[in-house]
Amino acid sequence: MKPANGKPGTSMENKTGNWRSERPEVDQSKCIKCGQCQLNCPDGCIFVTEKGAEPNYDYCKGCGICANVCPVKCIKMVPEEK
Amino acid sequence: MVKPELENKELFKSGHTACAGCGVAVGLRHIMRALGKDTIVVNATGCTEIFTSAYPKSAWAVPYIHCVFENSAPVAAGISEALRAMGNDHTKVVVISGDGASYDIGFGHMSGMFERGHDVLYICYDNEAYMNTGVQRSGATPWKAHTTTSQVGKQIRGKMQFKKPLTEIVAAHNVPYVATSTSAHYADLQQKVQKAKEIKGPSFLNVLMTCVPGWGTTPSLSMQYLKDAVDTHVWPLMEIENGFSKLSMKPEKKPVEAYLKGQKRFRHLTEEDIAEIQEMIDERWDHWVWKEKVDQERKAGLEASE
Repeated sequence: MKPANGKPGTSMENKTGNWRSERPEVDQSKCIKCGQCQLNCPDGCIFVTEKGAEPNYDYCKGCGICANVCPVKCIKMVPEEK
Repeated sequence: MVKPELENKELFKSGHTACAGCGVAVGLRHIMRALGKDTIVVNATGCTEIFTSAYPKSAWAVPYIHCVFENSAPVAAGISEALRAMGNDHTKVVVISGDGASYDIGFGHMSGMFERGHDVLYICYDNEAYMNTGVQRSGATPWKAHTTTSQVGKQIRGKMQFKKPLTEIVAAHNVPYVATSTSAHYADLQQKVQKAKEIKGPSFLNVLMTCVPGWGTTPSLSMQYLKDAVDTHVWPLMEIENGFSKLSMKPEKKPVEAYLKGQKRFRHLTEEDIAEIQEMIDERWDHWVWKEKVDQERKAGLEASE
């Protein structure tokens, strides 16, 4: 049997995105690409790309820190609906 | 399929099971970014252990060892001595322990490690109670704060004792580098971690981090509370290098209400309590400003006489 014991970085298999009740939505036209959201995200799941900030919804728990620290307030928290 | 630019390439990975808005997870990302790949992490029991290494997965992309509550400092000391015996002079051994493990349970062992002078960086993430087991008071819990073992009633209103001054206690061990930071001041935190990493010998960082369920705060405001903690002088950012203290930031003072309001653990405070806390904080801040002045004058004097 293959030993399952903690290989480095295997937590990436946990898709914590399903914890979320609100999701961050970015208005990329207003984004100034300062990187505050990327730095302050506890889950390391929002990134500044060429277009602007972009969240990775696989891991985002919807805490809203990114929306709070954004200096131009281009991130909005939107309720998740199923 | 995830886009390559949305992939986490850091040493502290996504998918850990911390609460939404966890201040500790933010701090660990900054710490790992500053430390780099050539690191061995020793982690005492606590929230970090629970949310990063839920069997069989691990959020660490560096060698990681978990040990019991009191043992992190001796384990790290052993690893650093083994590395020295093997002729490895580049890998840094880092202890990451919570306030329960540093202020209370592992205190004696930590003190011993500093006294023996092993080449270990000890980082205490201080979230001011035993959060992992459901918010019990620790030596780090501030005065009057509510926890499940310092309840608020008619006679007793929150924790009856004061917070242990761990930073000063460690500095009194003649540790070459002692500093405080928070996970919201990422530039400050990363600079201090890098500085401590370069030191051959023991070094200590005391980092304030929010706990959403323990402090009773809104997840989105995690970073705001830490900024307020510094701006209200509740948590002064400082460095004590070879015994000479220096404040890293002297923010214009905000009234302490800015920090206390909104935290459920402080919601029972009366106006008199807040006035008393304000008085205590002002006294502590004046002490640090005075101490910085004396220390820096002494340092300049010593440098001039050399």
